[in-house]
Amino acid sequence: MPSADGRPWPPGPVPGRDDFAAALFAPDLPVPAGVVGPGGRPAGKRFAVYRNNVVVSLAESLKATYPAVAALLGDEYFSALARLFMSAHPPKSPILSRYGGDLSDFVAGFAPLAAYPYLADVARFEWAWLESYHAADAVPLDPAELAVVAPEVLGDVRFRAHPAARLLASGFPVFDLVVANRFEPEVSVPIDLLESQTVLFSRPDIDVMFRVLPAGTAALAKALLAGQALGEAAELAFVADPDFDFPQGLSVLLSAGVFCGLDRGTA
Amino acid sequence: MSKMILSAAFVAGAVATAVSGLTTAAVAQDAKEKCYGVSMAGKNDCKAGPGTTCAGSSTVDYQGNAWTLVPKGTCVSMSLPDGRVGSLEPLERDLPKS
Repeated sequence: MPSADGRPWPPGPVPGRDDFAAALFAPDLPVPAGVVGPGGRPAGKRFAVYRNNVVVSLAESLKATYPAVAALLGDEYFSALARLFMSAHPPKSPILSRYGGDLSDFVAGFAPLAAYPYLADVARFEWAWLESYHAADAVPLDPAELAVVAPEVLGDVRFRAHPAARLLASGFPVFDLVVANRFEPEVSVPIDLLESQTVLFSRPDIDVMFRVLPAGTAALAKALLAGQALGEAAELAFVADPDFDFPQGLSVLLSAGVFCGLDRGTA
Repeated sequence: MSKMILSAAFVAGAVATAVSGLTTAAVAQDAKEKCYGVSMAGKNDCKAGPGTTCAGSSTVDYQGNAWTLVPKGTCVSMSLPDGRVGSLEPLERDLPKS
């Protein structure tokens, strides 16, 4: 059965596969049995070449997925971190673009980086961006569909989340950190590390869009994307922010294209 | 916390305002086909850049020594609100969950 992580490795035991895979990330392990040259002797150098290609290609893939993390750490540190990460989290899928989603949790638990607690959220941002980028295409909800719902049942309407919609709540200025280290590195803006930012990702068309949501809109988005009815979601938004601008917040979500359909309440 | 119930009229009014402010063009309706043939850099399934194919150097890589390094990126040049520069060690605040 295909998993959410992509096509799995072929099922069932494959002789020597586990030894081979383990040796890829542990240079001190012996060359796996059966890896031999033309003369039938163990092909140590050839295996080392293969192992190096695996490690380097995975490290480059991680760097392509996490350019802001790499910029924050520097290339040398990021490469070393990538090697540690891949030995603890080898690929579970042959699809490189699905590799590395655990990096945020790995960074969060990596003691030498404890002084940089925002790094894990920077990684979460970049993974959310990638998920949004690779999510299935879907036509966003046309706001006009809301206009034809009877006013008295609008509060019961539930929205279907667009496949590319993601919400990331961070206790750090994660949007500012990623913009400064990935999207607009030439622009120098002061970053207030005490700020918290919730970021909404969407991909109504080809390009991933992302923006910071104020507290009320963030609560509205969280509830609606979780499938709560519009009335309930609005109440949560007013709890999060008594001055919540409901029309404005809903307008932001609709124009970002984070929904792809609606279910009229039948209660 | 007392349960707040928003009236149907209030919800309807907010929706009407929200929708009226949006033209259909504001939402990208003309979903174009994504160009699946173009891989992002580093995302093609066989990466063998310069120096990787026959280097055979994995045993001398920095494997396993990240804790001996210090981040050299912009971590160390980022300013804190009060003008301090560097890591967050002196910063008293909630660490991220997880």
